[in-house]
Order: sequence, then structure tokens, then C-alpha cells
Amino acid sequence: MRKYLLFGLYITAVCAIIYSCQNTSEMNQAQYMTGGKDLYIANCQNCHGANGEGLGELAPPLTDTIFLTKNKEKLACFIKNGANEPMVINGKTYEGKMPDFANLHDIDIAQVIVYITNSFGNKQGMYTYQQVAIDLQKCNSAKNP
Amino acid sequence: MKKIKSQLIILVVSLFVIACSDAKKLPIYGEREVAITKDKDGNQKIDTIYQTIPNFSFLNQDSTVITQDAFKGKIYVADFFFTSCTTICPTMHRNLKTVYEDFKNNPDVMFISHTIDFKYDKPSVLKKYAEKLGVNTNKWEFVYGNKEEIYSIAEKNYLTVVEEDSTARDGYIHQGWLVLIDKQKRMRGAYDGTKTEQVEQLKKDMATLLAEEK
Repeated sequence: MRKYLLFGLYITAVCAIIYSCQNTSEMNQAQYMTGGKDLYIANCQNCHGANGEGLGELAPPLTDTIFLTKNKEKLACFIKNGANEPMVINGKTYEGKMPDFANLHDIDIAQVIVYITNSFGNKQGMYTYQQVAIDLQKCNSAKNP
Repeated sequence: MKKIKSQLIILVVSLFVIACSDAKKLPIYGEREVAITKDKDGNQKIDTIYQTIPNFSFLNQDSTVITQDAFKGKIYVADFFFTSCTTICPTMHRNLKTVYEDFKNNPDVMFISHTIDFKYDKPSVLKKYAEKLGVNTNKWEFVYGNKEEIYSIAEKNYLTVVEEDSTARDGYIHQGWLVLIDKQKRMRGAYDGTKTEQVEQLKKDMATLLAEEK
């Protein structure tokens, strides 16, 4: 009987640990989402819209989950350095120029990407500021080898 | 006694009606002058002369000269922007486009956007912008003029501040007013194009103005 009790307690403890771990990562993402939303309103919303709907053919929508997944490691570069290449989004080509947001720090970029890729019908989970640094380095070295 | 009461009620109700019908006119903005004129019988008459938009001549997105003739007998909404503006312009035009969608089938309504970027926004650039925004340029004109003309009409006539400013992110600063002009070229309202509630008010006021001038 005692054995069972101890075993039960052990299982509960393990479950509690796993559960609390999940909670911190969820909480982390929630923090990124809140910060990201404010940054989005301040920097992105005037062109891309409150619901990520874009603006005519001037600014593309942010609702193309496939594009966002495929180009995930380029998103940080688009934001930091701006973009001046045509992009096909939701089957339409957008040729406009996106300005750079060089003033944003890695953590800001991470938050805004988490916000965008988990709003407007997207659900792609966490993206850390450490990853931003790695992705920025990749595209900068591709640009200036 | 009862009669007085019912008369009082009628009085109050009619007061409300009068008050309401008075509210159905938009104010007239700008400077005004008083002129004393004589009618055909030689009686003196006092007239108020309101500030009006003077004649202008700009190039539109098709490189065609456009003057006030295009706006004759129409009410219109005017604003100032530039195509490479990344701050308030996209929001202004997102909002103004909803106004355009509401009134695009009304032959008495037009829109005019003046670029303040006289260096870069040549007619061909405006044409591309209009296409990408997705609006019909017969209804919504995009015009280009030299710096003096555009900046002067903005500040003196549409009462909108525009300036070149090398310290600003995009090189210019300007106000985001959407200015409502009536059929007699008088200014009847100005609405902050970046605020949705003011843009909603513009839509209501346009309907009021159209009814007033019927």
C-alpha cells in the first residue's frame, strides 16, 4: 500500500515539474506576444493593417502562413534591413519596397515576429532573440561574403 | 390649464425640431469678408464672402493638366501625402479608401491627393501608386506640382502644414488632414485621416453636405 502511495506521489511530482516547465515557456511566449503587439502597432500597423490585411498592392498581407513558414529565417532580415525584392504572397506578386527598421534590437525583432507568426491566422509558436542573432548573421554574410 | 400644457408640449417639440434642422449644416471655415453690394433696385445688401480654394493647375497621374474644372459641381476631399511615406500616409489612405468605397458611385463626389515630394513623385510614380492602392483615378486624382504651388495651396488654402525636413525619417513632415470642400470651393471640414472615428465623422458630414447642396 505504501509502495503505491509513494509511486503515486512520485508520478504527481514528475507531472507537476513537466507542467510547470511548459508553463514557463508558454509564459515566455505570452510575454513576447504582448511586447510584440505594441511594437507591431508602433512600427508595422500603418502599412500592414491592424489585422495583417496589408494595403492594396502597396503592402502585402501577413496572413500567408506558408510564406511565413518557408521564409522564417529571412523575416528578421526583412525587418532589420528592409526588403526590395519582389515577393509572392497569397499567389500575388508584391513589388513595393519595405523600409528598414534598423533601430529595433534583436529582442524587439523576436517579439514582433512571434506576434506576427501567431496572429492573423498564423500559429507557429516561439522564436527567440538568440535565433534572431543567428538569422541576421546568416543573411548579412550572404549579402557581404 | 390643460390647454396650456399641451401648447407647452407643442412648443418644446417644435423647438427640438428647429434645433435639429439647424444642426444639419456644416460650418464654413477660413477667413471671411463682409461686402456691401447693391441689388438691381439700388438697395444696399450685406454679403459675406467666404474663403475659397483658388484656381490651380497641376499634373495628374496621367500627366494631364488638371484644374478646378474637374471638380466643378462636386464636393471633394483633399489631402497631402507622398508615395514613399512610411509613417502616417498609409493609414490615411487606408482610411480614405473606405470613404472612397462608400462614395465611389456618387457622381457628385471626388478625391484629390497632392504629393509633397516634388523630387521623386513624378506622374508615373503617382500612377503606379494609384494602381497599387486599387482606386479609379477618374474619381480620385493624384496630382503633382512644383514645391511653391503645392506648399502654398496646402498652407494658405487647405490649412495643412507641409514641410521638407531632412531630420524626419522620410525627409518630409506634414499633417494628415482630410479636408472637405463644398461645391462653392469653400472649406467645410477637416478630419484627422489617421483616426478612424474622425474618418467616420467625415463620411457622415459628406452625406450632410450633399443633402445641404441638393
